[in-house]
Amino acid sequence: MSTTVAIPKPGKPWTATPKQRLITAGIYLSAALVSYILVAITPMKGKLAYFTLFFFASIIIDFAASYMQRGMASAKDAIARGFVTVGITFAVLPIFSILFEVVKRGYKGLGFGLFTNDMSAASVNDPLGSGGLLHAILGTFLMVAIALVVAMPIGILTAIYLTEIKGKFAVPIKFLVQAMSGVPSIVAGLFILSAYVYPITGSLSGFAGSLALMILMIPTIARTSEEVLLLIPSDLREAGVALGGTQWRTVALVVVPAAKSGLVTALILGIARVAGETAPLVLLTGGGESVNFNAFDGPMGSLPIYIWKCFGQGTEESIARAWSGILVLLVIVLALFTLARFLSERKETR
Amino acid sequence: MTLIDKPSAAIPAPREITTKPRISDKIFRGVVTAGGLFSLVVLGLILIYLTYQGYDVLKSQGFNFITGSAWEVVTDDSGNIDYEATDFGLAAMLIGTILCALIAVIIAVPISVLGALYLTFYAPTAIRKFMVSIIDLMAAFPSVLFGIWGFFVLMPSAEYWAKLLNKYLGFLPFFEMQVPVFTRSPFVAGVVLAIMIIPIVTSISREIFGQTPLDRIQAAYALGATRWAMIKAVVIPYGRSGVVGGAMLGLGRAMGETVAVYTVLNIVYQINWQVLLGAGGNVASMILLKFGEAGEGEIKALMAAGLVLFILTLVVNSIADLIVKSTGAKGR
Repeated sequence: MSTTVAIPKPGKPWTATPKQRLITAGIYLSAALVSYILVAITPMKGKLAYFTLFFFASIIIDFAASYMQRGMASAKDAIARGFVTVGITFAVLPIFSILFEVVKRGYKGLGFGLFTNDMSAASVNDPLGSGGLLHAILGTFLMVAIALVVAMPIGILTAIYLTEIKGKFAVPIKFLVQAMSGVPSIVAGLFILSAYVYPITGSLSGFAGSLALMILMIPTIARTSEEVLLLIPSDLREAGVALGGTQWRTVALVVVPAAKSGLVTALILGIARVAGETAPLVLLTGGGESVNFNAFDGPMGSLPIYIWKCFGQGTEESIARAWSGILVLLVIVLALFTLARFLSERKETR
Repeated sequence: MTLIDKPSAAIPAPREITTKPRISDKIFRGVVTAGGLFSLVVLGLILIYLTYQGYDVLKSQGFNFITGSAWEVVTDDSGNIDYEATDFGLAAMLIGTILCALIAVIIAVPISVLGALYLTFYAPTAIRKFMVSIIDLMAAFPSVLFGIWGFFVLMPSAEYWAKLLNKYLGFLPFFEMQVPVFTRSPFVAGVVLAIMIIPIVTSISREIFGQTPLDRIQAAYALGATRWAMIKAVVIPYGRSGVVGGAMLGLGRAMGETVAVYTVLNIVYQINWQVLLGAGGNVASMILLKFGEAGEGEIKALMAAGLVLFILTLVVNSIADLIVKSTGAKGR
């Protein structure tokens, strides 16, 4: 005669019970109802009124419900919960509005011709079909590439100095990199103007633009690379030294390869940081309308300048062009960002 | 006896043990240090070149460059600037810079701090990861995008909010309006700047809140605190100064912003304390505006203005950085 012991099912006592869920739903429903009634019977109107009233109504009802169930401390907790939820809503609301509006207003101008023509034969006020972005995309690509060639070694060397050598300048350099990341972009433009354009070349060019982009790119690359290198376990470094490697060989053959995907992420974030930079390019590149492969001679177009010029014209066609340009720029930034995320996620899971 | 007299064959001479780096390491260290010092060189060069270019203007204007509020260029017959008669005063734009940046901080900081509290202590893991990605993405958006979005999408709403503020809080001196022009005001520019600095203030606050010692949090819970009581008793005292630092970092960003302000704000060279009135400016956008038609002498004045802006943002950022760092170090 065996006694059957009922094996208790594993429960999740911390999750909300159906009753609690019902109460939560009831709170929001009644808050919506209250805000609807108040908008109907008082002179307040519009989306703002609905939103504000819903916010206050839900917090007050939640407060009352918690007070009746569990007392004053819990009721205060309910108020705090309401406020932080509103905080995060406001923080991320703009981004959804931006994504939505850019796609809504920008897709009309998209077309195959956008990527095969430049603006040398078309004016920004022409119908959307004529002209294109080729010169701007090419210019942005060239300038960012040149900036990257200089900024990549300097940014990564700075990070290696901070994490591997840790010399006597480590604290001031860390401080200076932080300070450099706060340099306004227009100041970087003025600096290149005064140090390179006026004394040396005397004319505006794509290279001057990429020098300014380089200044803005270095701090991003240096700080992200530093974080990545700090994550490399020191076991690896000790193993390299214990095998008889010099510091140079340890860093070059052990530490940097281990951090490779993270360093690529740093570069991508650096590119994303400067791809849409406008102010220094307005000062430095001259903003050309036709395809220009030579970064050292002649005006160079770029995506931000194209958007900037179209916006400045203010006609219906040019504004539509500006939104299409923004859409292309946004897609580039999004793609870079997703790539960086993908690389660093893969790193974490390994 | 003879054996003891010649021990030298058995005992080797004492060897000096050093960590003298090889030649390859010396080169490596030299190169890396040079790369690391690049940021110092760049910052130094910016200071030197802008001072050099702006020297004439700064010398002739003296303190008037900071305190004066008129920008009138007088040239003689050959087109050179007459420094005696010319007036370069940056005060109007400096006030505009600080005004817009302050509005931005006042709007952004409560939202960011509440958002950071939500992300650190309230959000389920999946939502937290998603929201953090979204906010990081927003930090990477170019400023021209914020500017044009602000002009076409946000402005109509912001104009409505400005009218409400004027209607119900108009007795406050800075919400007063003599001329009802509500578009393109410092208030609208401040709202756009606020949206631009929310990501950075949020991520710094989140970092600071995340560093709150776990044992204190658990101690508060063990004593029966609700989540809000725990935040009030543990997190806020711990993170307060760090949040102040984050807010200052946001202030520095907002002061240096060029394109977004240029797009949204109606730049008028005057001192304007009425934040709802559609006239104002900041130093960076003024440089961009005047640069197009500036002659040689005025460009020097713009360089000097750039120098002032550079020093201003450098000071604000440095103080902010020190505050954030000192918060991270304490309380362990």
